[in-house]
Amino acid sequence: MTEFTPIASLLGGGLIGLSAVLLMAFYGRIAGISGIAARLLPPYRDGSTLTAVCFVAGLVAAPFAVELASGNPVAQEVSSNLPLMAAAGLIVGFGTALGSGCTSGHGVCGLSRLSRRSMVATATFMASAFVTVFLMRHVVGG
Amino acid sequence: MAFVANFLIGLLFGIGLVVSGMSNPAKVLNFLDLAGPWDPSLAFVMAGAVIVAFIGYRIVFRRPRPLAAEEFHLPKATRVDGRLVAGAAIFGIGWGLGGYCPGPALVALGLGNLSTWVFLAAMFSGFAAARKLAGTLVPAGRRA
Repeated sequence: MTEFTPIASLLGGGLIGLSAVLLMAFYGRIAGISGIAARLLPPYRDGSTLTAVCFVAGLVAAPFAVELASGNPVAQEVSSNLPLMAAAGLIVGFGTALGSGCTSGHGVCGLSRLSRRSMVATATFMASAFVTVFLMRHVVGG
Repeated sequence: MAFVANFLIGLLFGIGLVVSGMSNPAKVLNFLDLAGPWDPSLAFVMAGAVIVAFIGYRIVFRRPRPLAAEEFHLPKATRVDGRLVAGAAIFGIGWGLGGYCPGPALVALGLGNLSTWVFLAAMFSGFAAARKLAGTLVPAGRRA
């Protein structure tokens, strides 16, 4: 059970949107996290690797900034089933690289640009995630 | 300067994920579980992000070029193809299994969970595997 948090979620979403707008305004880049993270892998041909490292370092620093400001620890309830998490990671990495984007690149940036590819991708990964959770929680785990 | 700016923009993105609750996989999975203890928060995150980005992009794209770069790097692909749909469908399965998409998993890197590290290591292997496969395919969504 998690608490429904409409105000915090709308506000946090707004910050995500603002970050995406700033990255486009200054550097002309889509704020797609799977794409930015994949730039951490070789080959290192241009200067984009270092900027990707800095962006990812900002992501990693975020929970500590929030904890410092709020005084509360950041909630993190994650499965301790390591084989399951390894499979999930492999599938997420493979799928986002093949489909050129994830929740941020297609879901936030693509939808905001009214990209038809991103609309199809977002509808597809939402549907497949709904089905996966239904099967895992109510059929397999039921 | 670009390094500091990219760090700050990434920090803002990460703070958004934490404040919205999306860095917690349990909250994401409860959104995806329509038949269970449904938590609609994720829809509000998407709404907040898309409203701000939709308006912000329109202002940004009035300029011929970005403030600190030569040009806008926008995806050139326009065609909805099998690779896009298959990739998205596969991604959704992994998202539903673990409750992590790439952003929240990276945000959680420093929170000390072995599960997060296993997920991230596997995710980077997945990137590499797809890249290897894609090297044998035509570029995503381009017209031949």
